[in-house]
Amino acid sequence: MKKDEIPQDPSPLDKFTKEVCYAVDEKGDYTTALSRGWQVKADALGITWEEAQARTANAREKVKNGEASPVLFFMELNMMDLPIVAAYTGFWQWTVKRHLKPDIFKNLSEKKLQKYAEVFDISVEELKNASPNAA
Amino acid sequence: MQLNFQHIQAAHCENGVTTNLLRHMGIHQITEPLAFGIGAGIFYIHIPFLKISGGPAISFRTMPGQIFTRTCRSLGVKIERKTFSSKEKAQQFLDDCLAKGQPAGCQVGVYHLSYFPKEFRFHFNAHNLVVYGKENETYLVSDPVMETVTTISAHDLERVRFAKGALAPNGQIYFPKTSEPVSEERIKKGIIKGIKHASWFMTETPVPILGVAGIRFTAGRIKTWRESLGARRGGLYLAQLVRMGEEIGTGGAGFRFVYAAFLQQAHAFVGKDELLEVSKQFTAIGDLWRASSVQASGIYKGRMTEQQDFNVMGDMLLNIADKEKAAFKALYKIKW
Repeated sequence: MKKDEIPQDPSPLDKFTKEVCYAVDEKGDYTTALSRGWQVKADALGITWEEAQARTANAREKVKNGEASPVLFFMELNMMDLPIVAAYTGFWQWTVKRHLKPDIFKNLSEKKLQKYAEVFDISVEELKNASPNAA
Repeated sequence: MQLNFQHIQAAHCENGVTTNLLRHMGIHQITEPLAFGIGAGIFYIHIPFLKISGGPAISFRTMPGQIFTRTCRSLGVKIERKTFSSKEKAQQFLDDCLAKGQPAGCQVGVYHLSYFPKEFRFHFNAHNLVVYGKENETYLVSDPVMETVTTISAHDLERVRFAKGALAPNGQIYFPKTSEPVSEERIKKGIIKGIKHASWFMTETPVPILGVAGIRFTAGRIKTWRESLGARRGGLYLAQLVRMGEEIGTGGAGFRFVYAAFLQQAHAFVGKDELLEVSKQFTAIGDLWRASSVQASGIYKGRMTEQQDFNVMGDMLLNIADKEKAAFKALYKIKW
């Protein structure tokens, strides 16, 4: 990549920082320059972000219809998957999976709920109600 | 309390941490490309059967801490590295370091890094930064991918240092301890060792998911994604490949350009003309990686959804694998 070919596209990085790129100058020597962003990367982030949003919306729908417990909603909201929730809570993966069922979630002890609430950074109340403004 | 620490922005977090920490202790010859090359940071693995955030498990980078360790070892610098099971002890240790005037490298998870924009906050645990001071309950942070230094609250720092999931940092902290003055000769040896290691790893490891063979493996997989996952999920997988390759940590094109820069700087030290030649090859390979990302973006943007498009993407990676094999072989064969 030549120095004047470094992309300068708008990106989510805009308000945050510019990134360093290595590129060659006219003489063929390597030098560094700052880049604002690259559309290709911004799109990759964008589509991943959209997918996460869609999964969250889907989870909210499921919780509303009584097909899943609020744990699923907050898991998706925090972009976690089973292994990550399990690692943070200290529960086994299969335990977390069980807790995704509304019937089982209903009877969870305060202690376990507290654990989930801590991991998702919300109160137990918010967890139980799957209150969407928690984020 | 604030240490006199010079923040230099870098393309890749661990390179930056390594460079900045070594410069802080007086090794001024070190630059980001040199740290990357001596630490043999170039890497590729595609682990089948394993998924990361619902996509393929591809990594362009070694285990966190490797570049730092290897660079220091090559330069004869003694290091301190610690992980913790207790959060209190981890913070105490960090505070003690700062009190002694020692800035410390920390491995952290990205998700709770409060100064990152939300789009970047994934559960990714191999980010590195330097803590160089503390004021009240706020830590002063030099994050090498940022233009300037920043701050993070003690609470947030604890959270990111004890992020969970794959490659959990467990509060990992590291810094160079002592060093003799680093001679020109030492750097030369380090460079040669780094080149040997990287070229060996990329071409000679007899495991079909590592190095150049790993890139081939990915290429083959990509061609099956449309069939097995559908165009949309296949596109998401490609987006993951591009994120792993080009996003802040860099990997694909970014790493090739840094490596090409390293070979140029290495030439100034060891003076083998082959290095300049191979450096040009890596520049060209970096451009190929970028072209492949553009092709991938066409697919995940939904502009191109045919099997043909996935095939083209796969073939681009195969082409890259061939070129890289040739370039690394040329390095591997240099008689020092």
